[in-house]
Amino acid sequence: MKQTSNAFLDTARGNLADQRLREHMNGLGITIPLGRAMAMEELGNFEVLRSHLRDIKDHTLNNLDYYLGRYEENVIQRGGQVHWASDASELNDIVAGICQRIEARQVAKGKSMVTEETALTAHLQALGLEVTETDLGEYIIQLADEPPSHIVGPAFHKTPEQIRELFLEHHQLGERSLETPTEMVQEARDILRDKFLNADVGIIGANALVAEDGRSMLVTNEGNGDLGANLPRVAIVCTTIDKVLPRAEDATALLRLLARSAIALPVSAYTSFYTGPRRDEDLDGPEEFHVVLLDNRRTEILGSKYQDMLRCMRCAACLNHCPVYIGAGGHAYGWVYPGPMGSVLTPLLTSLEESSLLPEACTSCGRCAEVCPAEIPLPDLLRDLRAESVQSGLTPWRWRWAMRLHAWLAKRPGLYHFTTGMAIKLMHRMGRKNGFFSKLPVAPGWSSVRELPAPQGGTFMQQWKARSKSDG
Amino acid sequence: MHSSNKPNRQFTEPPENPSVALLVTCIADLFRPSVAFASLQLLEQAGCEVTVPEQQTCCGQPAYNTGDYRSGRAIARQVIETFADYNFVVAPSGSCAGMMHQHYPALFEDDGEWRGRARDLASRSWEVTSFLTEVMQFKPDLSNASGKYTYHDSCAGLRELGIKEQPRQLLKASRGIDIQELNQTEVCCGFGGTFCAKMPDISEKMVDDKLDNALASGADTLLGGDLGCLLNLAGRAKRRNLDLDVRHVVEVIAGADQHPAIGERET
Repeated sequence: MKQTSNAFLDTARGNLADQRLREHMNGLGITIPLGRAMAMEELGNFEVLRSHLRDIKDHTLNNLDYYLGRYEENVIQRGGQVHWASDASELNDIVAGICQRIEARQVAKGKSMVTEETALTAHLQALGLEVTETDLGEYIIQLADEPPSHIVGPAFHKTPEQIRELFLEHHQLGERSLETPTEMVQEARDILRDKFLNADVGIIGANALVAEDGRSMLVTNEGNGDLGANLPRVAIVCTTIDKVLPRAEDATALLRLLARSAIALPVSAYTSFYTGPRRDEDLDGPEEFHVVLLDNRRTEILGSKYQDMLRCMRCAACLNHCPVYIGAGGHAYGWVYPGPMGSVLTPLLTSLEESSLLPEACTSCGRCAEVCPAEIPLPDLLRDLRAESVQSGLTPWRWRWAMRLHAWLAKRPGLYHFTTGMAIKLMHRMGRKNGFFSKLPVAPGWSSVRELPAPQGGTFMQQWKARSKSDG
Repeated sequence: MHSSNKPNRQFTEPPENPSVALLVTCIADLFRPSVAFASLQLLEQAGCEVTVPEQQTCCGQPAYNTGDYRSGRAIARQVIETFADYNFVVAPSGSCAGMMHQHYPALFEDDGEWRGRARDLASRSWEVTSFLTEVMQFKPDLSNASGKYTYHDSCAGLRELGIKEQPRQLLKASRGIDIQELNQTEVCCGFGGTFCAKMPDISEKMVDDKLDNALASGADTLLGGDLGCLLNLAGRAKRRNLDLDVRHVVEVIAGADQHPAIGERET
């Protein structure tokens, strides 16, 4: 996937100018947080549960080699195969190799941000395979030929009307009204059902991997994961090494927070545990069961000051609660993961050079950290990334120098009060008539959208000094 | 760099004549001295011995949030020294108080020499409305005050210091004061320090949402506890020619609202 993160401001400006998108996103930015707050209130002990989950994830990450080893042993024991992919192209080659070995022609693919990270679909299509996205949201944006704008709802940015237009354009089914979401869902279901039945390979993701028994856990709202993993001859789970948890009990601890954080419901419609290929006594299931575990620089994050980010369970609560995300829109982030979690992950998984604007796309309002079920200190991690930008010279020079000059002056109180006293007196005199300034040459970004209120009079420190003198 | 959790400091009895240093905050010093005078007045009325240390300039937040930790630390060390000898340090700003309370300890986490001093200052740092209500159990005399207000919960105060009821509690000392709550009151106004100048388009959308909610509340005046947010809100309201006054909450609580509202001309 071509990265366009450095065009963040331009894409965001375009999204903001799209009135329909803006209203749509505003609505979601209000209703989803409300729903989540209600779901958490019903649950009652969010803080306790998330601390518990944080501890489990930290423990697992600190012993990652051990738990991954156990997971692999258990998958093999159940008749499955585990493949290790150090980067995106290795994952793509492994999956393509399996498809080619069994002479597959059609692939039914479930929702997986990991395969977005590796651009697997494009890779398989280039080899002549027909790949169908079977998650409804992914299917919609596959028709629209767009990347996901949200990690849980890939078509988050699409209005029902736009989806209707897409279906009418791409499904040659003659005259029909297709006005209600129910009709649209039924139509997609009919089309996708055939894809499942004809697929040679099913690809799914995972929300957790259970080390103690080799199961992989997946939540979906449409059940497409179960069809994709059970109907085709071969099932492939594509996921990353940070998804492993010690016990099944730990996966259920995650479940208690996942759906509530993601979609404001106690559970998603389907929660499935996959145990491997079909056994003799099973009625259905795949002949072959593969798990591809991607690293893609996660081992570099492990042990670094950004390790907390590996606790992320991809619930998207931080996106839904981020006013910058709601305003800018998911595509502005220009890679796979948008919003606060994306602004941390993108520089770490690609490079800070290609994404240095993303850590700046944050007002430090702290709403993301407040709702994060894995207790990831997102604003702190974003600030740390900004610190790296400062150190490596990626921050524009005028901001670096402005900060240094300000600090230099702030450390010299006598000089600071003298110079600010003079400047403020002058500004007060100039601004008194209007009460504000419309142009601010030193910070054009401020005055492009707002006035600068004029200072009230002399500085407080000047007035205080004068008053103390006359009192004393 | 990880900041700690919300403070949990409880006072059963208000301390007697505590020595309080006022951290004026750079924005109040430069743009809105009436906020610092109002804070001083309220602290004195509450029975504090208030000092304004002359060596103070800024808390270092602009540098810190930009990611210039070196400059942030240099300024923080100066603040720690300047405010070393007082029972309490009080600021008319949740974000400056939050900087001292939450972020100074994080800045000196790995510095054996300064860690203890940073934590000590953190334990003594308060935002003014929270200090007046929680520590001093102060009830202002607002018998003549009236008006239709709405209140913006600034992010740092709200999430770093748990400031929500404190300013409202002080305002409710007057029966004439009517508080119309904002829709989406806990959503950021789009200021975010340098964010508003670095990403003006997104900031504009956020501040407009906030102002639209303020207008819809039916209030004449939008109050808040952080001048950064308030300059942003007043500046944008002026650009849009909105009929809405913007003020710091302490001006109303101290009865010092004879000054023109933020961004209004002198009459």
